[in-house]
Amino acid sequence: MNQPSFSSRRILRPVSPWFIAFSLLCALLVNLMPLGRAFWLPDWLALVLCFWCVREPLRVGMGTAFALGIVMDVGYGSLMGQHALAYVLLAYAATTFSRRILWFGPLRQSLHVLPMLVGAQTVMLLVRLVADAEFPGLIYFAGALIATLLWYPVGILLLLPQYRPEEKDENRPI
Amino acid sequence: MVSPVAGHQPPPFFRRGPAPLVRLVLLVSASLTLIVVDHRLHYLELVRQGLSVMTTPLQVAAGMPVKGVRSAGEYFADLAHLQDENARLRREQTELATIRLRQEQLDQENARLRALLDMRERVQIDARVAEVIYAVRDPFSRRVVIDKGLTHGVEPGSPVTDDLGIIGQVTRVYPLNAEVTLISDKDQALPVQVARTGVRAVMFGAGSGLLELRYLAADVDLREGDRIVTSGLDGVFPPGLPVAAVKSVDRDGVGGFVRILCVPVAGVEAHSTVLILKPGKPVDPDTAAAGTAPAADKPADKAPKK
Repeated sequence: MNQPSFSSRRILRPVSPWFIAFSLLCALLVNLMPLGRAFWLPDWLALVLCFWCVREPLRVGMGTAFALGIVMDVGYGSLMGQHALAYVLLAYAATTFSRRILWFGPLRQSLHVLPMLVGAQTVMLLVRLVADAEFPGLIYFAGALIATLLWYPVGILLLLPQYRPEEKDENRPI
Repeated sequence: MVSPVAGHQPPPFFRRGPAPLVRLVLLVSASLTLIVVDHRLHYLELVRQGLSVMTTPLQVAAGMPVKGVRSAGEYFADLAHLQDENARLRREQTELATIRLRQEQLDQENARLRALLDMRERVQIDARVAEVIYAVRDPFSRRVVIDKGLTHGVEPGSPVTDDLGIIGQVTRVYPLNAEVTLISDKDQALPVQVARTGVRAVMFGAGSGLLELRYLAADVDLREGDRIVTSGLDGVFPPGLPVAAVKSVDRDGVGGFVRILCVPVAGVEAHSTVLILKPGKPVDPDTAAAGTAPAADKPADKAPKK
Protein backbone atom coordinates (compact mmCIF):
# COMPACT_ATOMS: atom_id res chain seq x y z
CA MET A 1 0.00 0.00 0.00
CA ASN A 2 1.34 3.36 -0.92
CA GLN A 3 -0.57 5.44 1.59
CA PRO A 4 0.01 5.72 5.34
CA SER A 5 -3.62 4.64 5.78
CA PHE A 6 -6.60 4.16 3.53
CA SER A 7 -8.13 7.47 4.48
CA SER A 8 -4.91 9.40 3.88
CA ARG A 9 -4.44 11.61 0.83
CA ARG A 10 -0.68 11.29 0.85
CA ILE A 11 1.26 8.92 -1.35
CA LEU A 12 4.33 7.25 0.11
CA ARG A 13 7.63 6.59 -1.60
CA PRO A 14 8.42 2.94 -2.20
CA VAL A 15 10.15 1.33 0.76
CA SER A 16 13.87 0.75 0.62
CA PRO A 17 14.84 -2.88 1.30
CA TRP A 18 17.90 -1.56 3.13
CA PHE A 19 15.73 0.32 5.55
CA ILE A 20 13.71 -2.84 6.25
CA ALA A 21 16.92 -4.73 6.95
CA PHE A 22 18.23 -1.86 9.09
CA SER A 23 15.06 -1.65 11.17
CA LEU A 24 15.05 -5.41 11.75
CA LEU A 25 18.69 -5.29 12.79
CA CYS A 26 17.99 -2.43 15.22
CA ALA A 27 15.07 -4.37 16.72
CA LEU A 28 17.32 -7.41 17.07
CA LEU A 29 19.98 -5.32 18.83
CA VAL A 30 17.44 -3.86 21.25
CA ASN A 31 16.23 -7.39 21.96
CA LEU A 32 19.75 -8.59 22.66
CA MET A 33 20.46 -5.82 25.18
CA PRO A 34 21.55 -7.44 28.43
CA LEU A 35 18.80 -6.10 30.67
CA GLY A 36 18.60 -9.09 32.97
CA ARG A 37 15.43 -10.85 33.95
CA ALA A 38 12.96 -8.16 32.84
CA PHE A 39 10.37 -10.35 31.17
CA TRP A 40 7.76 -7.65 30.77
CA LEU A 41 9.88 -6.00 28.07
CA PRO A 42 8.28 -6.19 24.63
CA ASP A 43 9.76 -8.35 21.89
CA TRP A 44 10.80 -5.56 19.52
CA LEU A 45 11.84 -7.90 16.77
CA ALA A 46 8.42 -9.59 16.73
CA LEU A 47 6.76 -6.17 16.58
CA VAL A 48 8.90 -4.83 13.72
CA LEU A 49 8.69 -8.13 11.87
CA CYS A 50 4.92 -8.09 12.22
CA PHE A 51 4.81 -4.51 10.98
CA TRP A 52 6.77 -5.27 7.82
CA CYS A 53 4.80 -8.47 7.19
CA VAL A 54 1.61 -6.43 7.30
CA ARG A 55 3.03 -3.53 5.32
CA GLU A 56 5.19 -5.35 2.76
CA PRO A 57 4.04 -8.96 2.64
CA LEU A 58 5.88 -9.54 -0.62
CA ARG A 59 9.26 -8.51 0.76
CA VAL A 60 9.21 -9.75 4.33
CA GLY A 61 7.68 -13.10 5.06
CA MET A 62 8.10 -16.43 6.71
CA GLY A 63 11.63 -17.04 5.40
CA THR A 64 12.93 -13.86 7.02
CA ALA A 65 11.00 -14.72 10.17
CA PHE A 66 12.58 -18.16 10.35
CA ALA A 67 16.13 -16.81 9.90
CA LEU A 68 15.62 -14.10 12.51
CA GLY A 69 14.08 -16.63 14.86
CA ILE A 70 17.17 -18.83 14.65
CA VAL A 71 19.40 -15.83 15.39
CA MET A 72 17.23 -15.00 18.41
CA ASP A 73 17.45 -18.59 19.63
CA VAL A 74 21.22 -18.48 19.54
CA GLY A 75 21.33 -15.01 21.11
CA TYR A 76 18.95 -15.91 23.93
CA GLY A 77 20.40 -19.37 24.40
CA SER A 78 16.88 -20.77 24.28
CA LEU A 79 15.75 -23.99 22.68
CA MET A 80 16.81 -24.01 19.02
CA GLY A 81 13.77 -23.40 16.84
CA GLN A 82 11.60 -21.94 19.58
CA HIS A 83 11.65 -18.34 18.35
CA ALA A 84 11.79 -19.54 14.73
CA LEU A 85 8.51 -21.41 15.14
CA ALA A 86 6.79 -18.50 16.86
CA TYR A 87 8.01 -15.95 14.31
CA VAL A 88 7.06 -18.11 11.33
CA LEU A 89 3.51 -18.47 12.65
CA LEU A 90 3.41 -14.75 13.41
CA ALA A 91 4.62 -13.89 9.90
CA TYR A 92 2.07 -16.25 8.36
CA ALA A 93 -0.78 -14.64 10.26
CA ALA A 94 0.48 -11.13 9.52
CA THR A 95 0.94 -11.69 5.78
CA THR A 96 -2.40 -13.47 5.49
CA PHE A 97 -4.33 -10.71 7.27
CA SER A 98 -2.24 -7.91 5.80
CA ARG A 99 -4.96 -6.67 3.40
CA ARG A 100 -7.57 -6.76 6.12
CA ILE A 101 -5.44 -5.06 8.80
CA LEU A 102 -4.40 -2.16 6.57
CA TRP A 103 -8.03 -1.33 6.01
CA PHE A 104 -8.42 -0.26 9.65
CA GLY A 105 -7.26 2.73 11.67
CA PRO A 106 -4.43 2.52 14.26
CA LEU A 107 -6.59 1.39 17.20
CA ARG A 108 -8.29 -1.42 15.34
CA GLN A 109 -4.98 -2.43 13.77
CA SER A 110 -3.61 -2.86 17.30
CA LEU A 111 -6.59 -5.03 18.16
CA HIS A 112 -5.62 -7.29 15.27
CA VAL A 113 -1.97 -7.31 16.26
CA LEU A 114 -2.57 -8.18 19.91
CA PRO A 115 -3.82 -11.75 19.36
CA MET A 116 -0.98 -12.39 16.91
CA LEU A 117 1.72 -11.29 19.36
CA VAL A 118 0.10 -13.09 22.29
CA GLY A 119 -0.23 -16.15 20.08
CA ALA A 120 3.48 -16.06 19.22
CA GLN A 121 4.37 -15.83 22.91
CA THR A 122 1.96 -18.62 23.78
CA VAL A 123 3.59 -20.85 21.17
CA MET A 124 6.97 -20.26 22.83
CA LEU A 125 5.49 -20.87 26.27
CA LEU A 126 3.93 -24.15 25.17
CA VAL A 127 7.14 -25.32 23.50
CA ARG A 128 9.13 -24.63 26.65
CA LEU A 129 6.56 -26.08 29.05
CA VAL A 130 6.53 -29.29 27.01
CA ALA A 131 10.34 -29.23 27.33
CA ASP A 132 10.06 -29.09 31.17
CA ALA A 133 10.91 -25.45 31.73
CA GLU A 134 9.83 -23.19 34.55
CA PHE A 135 6.69 -21.03 34.07
CA PRO A 136 7.86 -17.42 34.34
CA GLY A 137 4.52 -16.09 35.60
CA LEU A 138 1.80 -14.06 33.89
CA ILE A 139 4.15 -11.07 33.69
CA TYR A 140 5.49 -12.89 30.63
CA PHE A 141 2.47 -11.77 28.62
CA ALA A 142 2.90 -8.12 29.56
CA GLY A 143 5.47 -7.85 26.76
CA ALA A 144 2.80 -8.55 24.13
CA LEU A 145 0.48 -5.93 25.63
CA ILE A 146 3.20 -3.29 25.66
CA ALA A 147 4.18 -4.19 22.10
CA THR A 148 0.55 -3.72 21.06
CA LEU A 149 0.54 -0.25 22.59
CA LEU A 150 3.74 0.45 20.67
CA TRP A 151 2.22 -0.60 17.36
CA TYR A 152 1.12 2.89 16.35
CA PRO A 153 4.21 4.92 17.40
CA VAL A 154 6.62 2.33 15.99
CA GLY A 155 4.55 2.23 12.80
CA ILE A 156 4.86 6.00 12.34
CA LEU A 157 8.60 5.77 12.98
CA LEU A 158 9.08 2.98 10.45
CA LEU A 159 7.07 4.80 7.77
CA LEU A 160 8.92 8.10 8.22
CA PRO A 161 11.56 7.52 5.50
CA GLN A 162 8.78 6.94 2.98
CA TYR A 163 7.04 10.26 3.47
CA ARG A 164 7.75 12.87 0.86
CA PRO A 165 7.24 16.59 1.33
CA GLU A 166 3.61 17.44 0.87
CA GLU A 167 2.92 19.22 -2.37
CA LYS A 168 -0.32 21.06 -2.65
CA ASP A 169 -2.08 20.17 -5.88
CA GLU A 170 -5.77 20.84 -5.91
CA ASN A 171 -6.35 18.99 -9.17
CA ARG A 172 -4.82 15.67 -8.12
CA PRO A 173 -7.50 13.10 -7.25
CA ILE A 174 -5.70 11.65 -4.19
CA MET B 1 -5.75 -29.98 -26.98
CA VAL B 2 -2.03 -30.37 -27.51
CA SER B 3 0.00 -27.64 -25.93
CA PRO B 4 3.25 -26.66 -27.66
CA VAL B 5 5.31 -27.99 -24.80
CA ALA B 6 3.52 -31.06 -23.53
CA GLY B 7 3.17 -31.41 -19.77
CA HIS B 8 4.30 -27.90 -19.03
CA GLN B 9 2.14 -25.20 -17.51
CA PRO B 10 2.28 -21.69 -18.89
CA PRO B 11 4.63 -19.54 -16.85
CA PRO B 12 2.92 -17.55 -14.09
CA PHE B 13 2.63 -13.81 -14.42
CA PHE B 14 4.07 -13.14 -10.98
CA ARG B 15 6.71 -15.38 -9.51
CA ARG B 16 6.15 -15.69 -5.79
CA GLY B 17 7.69 -19.05 -5.01
CA PRO B 18 5.68 -21.77 -3.27
CA ALA B 19 2.23 -20.99 -1.90
CA PRO B 20 2.15 -19.47 1.61
CA LEU B 21 0.58 -22.55 3.14
CA VAL B 22 3.27 -24.78 1.66
CA ARG B 23 5.96 -22.47 2.98
CA LEU B 24 4.31 -22.39 6.40
CA VAL B 25 4.19 -26.17 6.63
CA LEU B 26 7.82 -26.45 5.51
CA LEU B 27 9.16 -23.87 7.96
CA VAL B 28 7.03 -25.05 10.88
CA SER B 29 8.18 -28.61 10.40
CA ALA B 30 11.76 -27.38 10.13
CA SER B 31 11.38 -25.49 13.43
CA LEU B 32 9.75 -28.44 15.16
CA THR B 33 12.55 -30.70 13.94
CA LEU B 34 15.12 -28.26 15.31
CA ILE B 35 13.31 -28.12 18.66
CA VAL B 36 13.17 -31.88 19.01
CA VAL B 37 16.75 -32.41 17.85
CA ASP B 38 18.01 -29.74 20.24
CA HIS B 39 15.96 -30.83 23.24
CA ARG B 40 16.17 -34.60 22.94
CA LEU B 41 19.38 -35.31 21.05
CA HIS B 42 21.58 -32.26 21.78
CA TYR B 43 23.11 -32.43 18.30
CA LEU B 44 22.98 -28.71 17.68
CA GLU B 45 25.70 -27.46 20.03
CA LEU B 46 28.17 -27.16 17.16
CA VAL B 47 25.66 -25.21 15.03
CA ARG B 48 24.98 -22.98 18.01
CA GLN B 49 28.69 -22.33 18.51
CA GLY B 50 29.06 -21.50 14.83
CA LEU B 51 26.13 -19.10 14.82
CA SER B 52 27.29 -17.54 18.09
CA VAL B 53 30.30 -16.23 16.17
CA MET B 54 27.73 -14.05 14.39
CA THR B 55 25.55 -13.18 17.37
CA THR B 56 28.32 -12.45 19.86
CA PRO B 57 29.40 -9.20 18.13
CA LEU B 58 25.73 -8.18 18.02
CA GLN B 59 25.42 -8.89 21.72
CA VAL B 60 28.57 -6.94 22.49
CA ALA B 61 27.23 -4.03 20.46
CA ALA B 62 23.86 -4.24 22.20
CA GLY B 63 25.57 -4.37 25.56
CA MET B 64 27.58 -1.21 25.00
CA PRO B 65 24.88 1.37 25.80
CA VAL B 66 23.81 -0.62 28.87
CA LYS B 67 27.41 -0.85 30.03
CA GLY B 68 27.90 2.86 29.39
CA VAL B 69 24.90 3.83 31.48
CA ARG B 70 25.98 1.49 34.23
CA SER B 71 29.58 2.69 34.34
CA ALA B 72 28.39 6.30 34.32
CA GLY B 73 26.32 5.44 37.38
CA GLU B 74 29.35 3.88 39.03
CA TYR B 75 31.46 6.91 38.21
CA PHE B 76 29.14 9.10 40.17
CA ALA B 77 29.02 6.66 43.08
CA ASP B 78 29.74 8.26 46.38
CA LEU B 79 33.43 8.59 47.21
CA ALA B 80 32.73 7.87 50.85
CA HIS B 81 31.08 4.64 49.85
CA LEU B 82 34.19 3.61 47.95
CA GLN B 83 36.46 4.54 50.85
CA ASP B 84 34.29 2.53 53.20
CA GLU B 85 34.47 -0.44 50.92
CA ASN B 86 38.23 -0.03 50.60
CA ALA B 87 38.69 0.00 54.36
CA ARG B 88 36.43 -3.02 54.75
CA LEU B 89 38.30 -4.94 52.05
CA ARG B 90 41.64 -4.11 53.64
CA ARG B 91 40.39 -5.38 56.99
CA GLU B 92 39.12 -8.56 55.41
CA GLN B 93 42.39 -8.99 53.57
CA THR B 94 44.31 -8.89 56.84
CA GLU B 95 41.95 -11.37 58.42
CA LEU B 96 42.22 -13.66 55.43
CA ALA B 97 46.00 -13.44 55.47
CA THR B 98 46.14 -14.84 59.00
CA ILE B 99 43.72 -17.57 58.05
CA ARG B 100 45.81 -18.39 55.00
CA LEU B 101 48.95 -18.69 57.08
CA ARG B 102 47.20 -21.09 59.38
CA GLN B 103 45.73 -22.92 56.45
CA GLU B 104 49.13 -23.67 54.96
CA GLN B 105 50.18 -25.24 58.19
CA LEU B 106 46.93 -27.15 58.43
CA ASP B 107 47.28 -28.36 54.85
CA GLN B 108 50.70 -29.78 55.61
CA GLU B 109 49.46 -31.41 58.77
CA ASN B 110 46.44 -32.72 56.91
CA ALA B 111 48.62 -34.20 54.18
CA ARG B 112 50.78 -35.93 56.76
CA LEU B 113 47.80 -37.34 58.62
CA ARG B 114 46.16 -38.45 55.41
CA ALA B 115 49.34 -40.18 54.36
CA LEU B 116 49.35 -41.89 57.73
CA LEU B 117 45.78 -43.03 57.24
CA ASP B 118 46.61 -44.12 53.69
CA MET B 119 43.83 -41.99 52.27
CA ARG B 120 43.46 -40.74 48.79
CA GLU B 121 45.07 -37.36 48.41
CA ARG B 122 42.43 -34.75 47.98
CA VAL B 123 42.48 -33.27 44.53
CA GLN B 124 43.97 -29.83 44.45
CA ILE B 125 41.22 -27.58 43.17
CA ASP B 126 42.36 -25.30 40.41
CA ALA B 127 40.15 -22.30 39.88
CA ARG B 128 39.80 -19.52 37.37
CA VAL B 129 38.25 -16.15 37.99
CA ALA B 130 35.52 -14.91 35.64
CA GLU B 131 33.10 -12.04 35.50
CA VAL B 132 29.36 -12.46 34.97
CA ILE B 133 28.54 -10.29 31.95
CA TYR B 134 24.77 -10.58 31.87
CA ALA B 135 21.84 -12.77 32.69
CA VAL B 136 20.40 -14.69 29.76
CA ARG B 137 17.13 -13.11 28.60
CA ASP B 138 15.37 -16.46 28.22
CA PRO B 139 12.44 -16.24 30.68
CA PHE B 140 12.13 -19.99 31.07
CA SER B 141 15.48 -20.72 32.64
CA ARG B 142 17.98 -19.17 35.02
CA ARG B 143 21.33 -18.79 33.35
CA VAL B 144 24.10 -16.22 33.20
CA VAL B 145 26.89 -15.63 30.72
CA ILE B 146 30.49 -15.28 31.92
CA ASP B 147 33.40 -13.67 30.12
CA LYS B 148 35.59 -16.77 29.86
CA GLY B 149 35.12 -19.36 27.16
CA LEU B 150 36.68 -22.07 25.06
CA THR B 151 39.76 -19.96 24.36
CA HIS B 152 40.35 -19.56 28.10
CA GLY B 153 40.08 -23.29 28.65
CA VAL B 154 36.65 -23.41 30.26
CA GLU B 155 35.16 -26.88 30.03
CA PRO B 156 31.47 -27.73 29.97
CA GLY B 157 30.40 -29.16 33.30
CA SER B 158 32.72 -27.01 35.39
CA PRO B 159 31.28 -26.05 38.79
CA VAL B 160 30.99 -22.30 39.31
CA THR B 161 31.15 -20.71 42.76
CA ASP B 162 31.33 -17.26 44.22
CA ASP B 163 33.04 -16.37 47.50
CA LEU B 164 30.24 -17.95 49.56
CA GLY B 165 29.31 -21.13 47.78
CA ILE B 166 28.13 -22.91 44.64
CA ILE B 167 26.15 -20.82 42.17
CA GLY B 168 25.90 -23.16 39.20
CA GLN B 169 27.55 -25.18 36.48
CA VAL B 170 28.89 -24.33 33.03
CA THR B 171 26.47 -25.91 30.57
CA ARG B 172 27.43 -24.39 27.26
CA VAL B 173 30.79 -23.09 26.09
CA TYR B 174 31.19 -20.56 23.30
CA PRO B 175 34.54 -19.43 21.90
CA LEU B 176 34.71 -16.26 24.01
CA ASN B 177 32.19 -16.80 26.77
CA ALA B 178 30.28 -19.53 28.51
CA GLU B 179 26.79 -20.08 29.79
CA VAL B 180 26.32 -21.02 33.43
CA THR B 181 23.10 -22.68 34.53
CA LEU B 182 22.36 -21.46 38.05
CA ILE B 183 21.44 -23.93 40.76
CA SER B 184 18.07 -22.19 41.03
CA ASP B 185 17.19 -23.37 37.49
CA LYS B 186 14.46 -25.98 37.47
CA ASP B 187 16.53 -28.45 35.49
CA GLN B 188 19.77 -28.12 37.39
CA ALA B 189 20.37 -30.99 39.83
CA LEU B 190 23.13 -31.10 42.40
CA PRO B 191 24.15 -34.01 44.66
CA VAL B 192 24.26 -32.67 48.21
CA GLN B 193 24.57 -33.71 51.79
CA VAL B 194 23.18 -32.29 55.01
CA ALA B 195 26.22 -31.06 56.90
CA ARG B 196 24.86 -31.94 60.37
CA THR B 197 23.62 -35.47 59.73
CA GLY B 198 25.37 -36.54 56.55
CA VAL B 199 22.09 -37.43 54.83
CA ARG B 200 22.61 -37.39 51.08
CA ALA B 201 20.05 -35.95 48.69
CA VAL B 202 19.60 -34.32 45.34
CA MET B 203 18.89 -30.62 45.11
CA PHE B 204 16.88 -28.95 42.36
CA GLY B 205 15.87 -25.40 41.65
CA ALA B 206 12.37 -24.68 42.89
CA GLY B 207 11.69 -21.60 40.79
CA SER B 208 11.52 -18.12 42.33
CA GLY B 209 15.20 -18.35 43.29
CA LEU B 210 14.78 -21.04 45.96
CA LEU B 211 16.10 -24.57 46.00
CA GLU B 212 14.34 -27.82 46.80
CA LEU B 213 15.61 -31.06 48.31
CA ARG B 214 13.70 -33.85 46.64
CA TYR B 215 13.12 -37.54 47.31
CA LEU B 216 13.67 -37.52 51.05
CA ALA B 217 11.44 -39.68 53.26
CA ALA B 218 8.92 -37.89 55.49
CA ASP B 219 10.77 -38.83 58.69
CA VAL B 220 14.18 -37.48 57.66
CA ASP B 221 16.14 -35.72 60.38
CA LEU B 222 16.24 -32.15 59.12
CA ARG B 223 15.64 -28.81 60.79
CA GLU B 224 15.32 -25.27 59.62
CA GLY B 225 18.70 -23.64 59.34
CA ASP B 226 20.59 -26.86 58.56
CA ARG B 227 23.48 -26.28 56.21
CA ILE B 228 23.57 -28.16 52.92
CA VAL B 229 26.92 -28.87 51.27
CA THR B 230 27.90 -30.70 48.10
CA SER B 231 28.43 -34.41 48.58
CA GLY B 232 30.83 -34.88 45.67
CA LEU B 233 29.06 -38.13 44.81
CA ASP B 234 28.87 -37.21 41.14
CA GLY B 235 32.60 -36.68 40.99
CA VAL B 236 32.07 -33.38 39.17
CA PHE B 237 31.49 -31.03 42.09
CA PRO B 238 34.14 -31.13 44.80
CA PRO B 239 32.71 -32.32 48.12
CA GLY B 240 32.06 -30.01 51.07
CA LEU B 241 31.27 -26.75 49.26
CA PRO B 242 28.43 -24.82 50.86
CA VAL B 243 25.23 -24.76 48.83
CA ALA B 244 22.23 -23.69 50.86
CA ALA B 245 20.50 -23.42 54.21
CA VAL B 246 17.18 -25.09 54.94
CA LYS B 247 14.35 -22.57 55.00
CA SER B 248 11.25 -24.64 55.58
CA VAL B 249 10.44 -28.32 56.10
CA ASP B 250 6.91 -29.32 55.18
CA ARG B 251 6.19 -32.86 56.39
CA ASP B 252 2.61 -33.06 55.11
CA GLY B 253 3.95 -33.66 51.63
CA VAL B 254 1.94 -35.82 49.28
CA GLY B 255 3.24 -39.27 48.39
CA GLY B 256 5.41 -39.87 51.45
CA PHE B 257 8.06 -37.33 50.54
CA VAL B 258 8.86 -34.25 52.55
CA ARG B 259 8.95 -30.88 50.83
CA ILE B 260 12.10 -29.02 51.83
CA LEU B 261 12.82 -25.53 50.58
CA CYS B 262 16.28 -24.04 50.92
CA VAL B 263 17.83 -20.63 50.43
CA PRO B 264 21.09 -20.60 48.49
CA VAL B 265 24.11 -19.48 50.50
CA ALA B 266 25.86 -17.86 47.56
CA GLY B 267 24.56 -14.82 45.74
CA VAL B 268 23.14 -17.01 43.00
CA GLU B 269 21.19 -14.30 41.22
CA ALA B 270 23.42 -11.41 42.26
CA HIS B 271 25.84 -11.34 39.41
CA SER B 272 29.44 -10.51 40.19
CA THR B 273 32.83 -12.15 40.09
CA VAL B 274 32.78 -15.93 40.11
CA LEU B 275 35.26 -18.80 40.28
CA ILE B 276 35.22 -21.58 37.70
CA LEU B 277 36.51 -24.82 39.20
CA LYS B 278 37.92 -27.64 37.15
CA PRO B 279 35.31 -30.39 36.86
CA GLY B 280 36.22 -33.78 38.20
CA LYS B 281 35.66 -36.90 36.15
CA PRO B 282 32.05 -38.06 36.43
CA VAL B 283 31.93 -41.30 38.38
CA ASP B 284 30.96 -44.28 36.30
CA PRO B 285 28.62 -46.36 38.49
CA ASP B 286 30.05 -49.66 37.25
CA THR B 287 33.68 -48.93 37.98
CA ALA B 288 32.80 -47.18 41.23
CA ALA B 289 30.96 -50.26 42.45
CA ALA B 290 33.76 -52.58 41.39
CA GLY B 291 36.78 -50.65 42.58
CA THR B 292 37.29 -48.62 45.71
CA ALA B 293 34.39 -46.25 46.19
CA PRO B 294 35.50 -42.64 46.02
CA ALA B 295 35.13 -40.14 48.83
CA ALA B 296 31.45 -40.97 49.33
CA ASP B 297 31.57 -43.07 52.46
CA LYS B 298 34.22 -41.31 54.43
CA PRO B 299 33.04 -39.94 57.72
CA ALA B 300 35.62 -37.18 57.40
CA ASP B 301 33.54 -35.66 54.63
CA LYS B 302 30.60 -35.04 56.88
CA ALA B 303 32.26 -32.17 58.64
CA PRO B 304 32.59 -29.46 56.04
CA LYS B 305 35.87 -27.65 55.92
CA LYS B 306 35.53 -24.16 57.18
